[in-house]
Amino acid sequence: MKSLGSIRRSFAPWADPNSVPFIAVKNVTKKFGDFVAVDDLSLNIYPREFFALLGASGCGKSTLLRMLAGFEQPTSGEIILDGQSLAGIPPYKRPVNMMFQSYALFPHMTVENNIAFGLKQDGMPKADIAARVEQMLKLVKLDKFAKRKPHQLSGGQRQRVALARSLAKRPKVLLLDEPLGALDKKLREETQFELMDLQQELGLTFVVVTHDQEEAMTMADRIAVMAHGKVVQVATPPEIYEAPNSRFVADFIGDVNIFDGKVSSAGNGTVDIAMETGFTVRVAATEPLATGTKAGFAVRPEKIRVGRDRPACAPLNAAQGEIWDIGYLGDMTVFHIKLKDGKVIKASSLNAVRAVEDPLGYDQEVWISFDENAGVVLKD
Amino acid sequence: MQRWSRFNIASIVIGFAFLYLPIVLLVIFSFNESKLVTVWAGFSTKWYVQLFHNQALLDAAWVTIRVGLISATIATVLGTMAALAMTRYTRFRGRMLFSGMIYAPLVMPEVITGLSMLLLFVAIGFDRGFWTLTLAHITFTMCFVAVVVQSRLLSFDRSIEEAAMDLGATPVATFLQVTLPVIAPAVFSGWVLAFTLSLDDLVISSFTSGPGATTLPMRIYSQVRLGVTPEINAVCTILIGIVAIGVLIASVVSRRREIQRVKDEQAAFAH
Repeated sequence: MKSLGSIRRSFAPWADPNSVPFIAVKNVTKKFGDFVAVDDLSLNIYPREFFALLGASGCGKSTLLRMLAGFEQPTSGEIILDGQSLAGIPPYKRPVNMMFQSYALFPHMTVENNIAFGLKQDGMPKADIAARVEQMLKLVKLDKFAKRKPHQLSGGQRQRVALARSLAKRPKVLLLDEPLGALDKKLREETQFELMDLQQELGLTFVVVTHDQEEAMTMADRIAVMAHGKVVQVATPPEIYEAPNSRFVADFIGDVNIFDGKVSSAGNGTVDIAMETGFTVRVAATEPLATGTKAGFAVRPEKIRVGRDRPACAPLNAAQGEIWDIGYLGDMTVFHIKLKDGKVIKASSLNAVRAVEDPLGYDQEVWISFDENAGVVLKD
Repeated sequence: MQRWSRFNIASIVIGFAFLYLPIVLLVIFSFNESKLVTVWAGFSTKWYVQLFHNQALLDAAWVTIRVGLISATIATVLGTMAALAMTRYTRFRGRMLFSGMIYAPLVMPEVITGLSMLLLFVAIGFDRGFWTLTLAHITFTMCFVAVVVQSRLLSFDRSIEEAAMDLGATPVATFLQVTLPVIAPAVFSGWVLAFTLSLDDLVISSFTSGPGATTLPMRIYSQVRLGVTPEINAVCTILIGIVAIGVLIASVVSRRREIQRVKDEQAAFAH
């Protein structure tokens, strides 16, 4: 059997111009009164994709999910699922199922009746229902809890029942609204991987809404970062992290240091940006920028080297400062370094060696430096 | 352990005496041998025996029960519908006015309700009797049901209805299979409240009833005007007994359910 990793590596239908999207959101706008929740949004989601809608609360991600489920109708625009327009189709006739943030289990029904609910609505024969329910219970490892009521289950067990119930009808698309939000940290991390395995096993398309970037990064094939009802960037987790297309995305995902400056010269595939903080950055650029234009530079803390000695690349991509704060996290150490002009930046280094003879201490004079491809240029 | 101060004991004695002394007296005198209500002449159950030979009183009891069952059931249906409309469609013009109007009968003097219904029945030429009585009872008990059911609906998680529809249930199936079973305890409480209110109503019944539709409270009241007989005491004792048993069962059931729920939750977290 192919390992999960190798399947994932080769899975990139969005890069293929011939592949047909499974869900196509076309110029969808949703207004509640004067408030625009979703603003002229277009998006393609491909079959078997694990797609994450990521954003702060109020960014419109849940509204978009509810429009996919049919609980809200777009004010304008259209959603196409598997070649069919969903306009005017009520939730109970859509081939999608949703797992709710609150789980929304039916409190008066046992676990097995919860799972069987959707199948009964379709008028499936009793024997088939029983078989399917048993199969779903096994899938989520709850076979012993079939006769329990929801209030007799722990939070993690309820989450599994909700998942089993939403998968029981074998929907074309599973929508998940903050599926792990109510679980504690450890359980959440375990469940992330279980969800990924399940999605691969069943070959379904998952659309998950989350505000937790780690969750999105771990699980999703692609992430749509949303803000103010619009999609800011759609890309794979590494692209989102390493090549954010805007200041918003760079800042929203992970820790970042952003410097502002002006383009001082453009070279062969690189640009030099003179920073307001008094040093110059030479960075790989995909498109040429005119000298004198304002530009930002974003670099992640782990891409910054911290050392006592003047790096060879100086004065390019290097600056002097002193250690302002040290946060020791075990696996790595985070430094807050105050540069000469007073700007405090973050740098982190992995503690790969167990004991360092002479660790960097507070108030120490240090050099920071980074490679030409360590960060990205931000044009906005 | 807290000590019982004299003040506490006195408050309890006075409070309970205030509430229950008249009732205790009534129960005691229902077992009185004497025909004179206020003179004790030894223990007897003869008034209870006599009671079951009083056809007028038995007829009145039967009317009361029928009116109660029919009006409480219809009031529950209407009241639940009103409560659903009020909690679900929160943004329509004049909602405040509507919800205020639903609650108004709660504080409306019964004399006014009774009189206005009488005027209505006369105006449309509806002969007064069993059905006018039932209609009047539906009218004034409906708002109580609406209040009880609405308070339950406010804490109702609507996502379970969405989940039902998401799983393929039509709006009607969702209501019957999910909403109604979940709010059933509140609907039942509403029914019990409506039934109880209908049972002991005197004022509105007096206005809206006609020949052949005399309720028990009306019968008792008319007999009392001719002087209180121990027979009346006996009827009232039976009524008190029924109410007490009802309250007892209701509280035992809800207490048991609570204990079971706590146990279940502990069992869930033990895993």
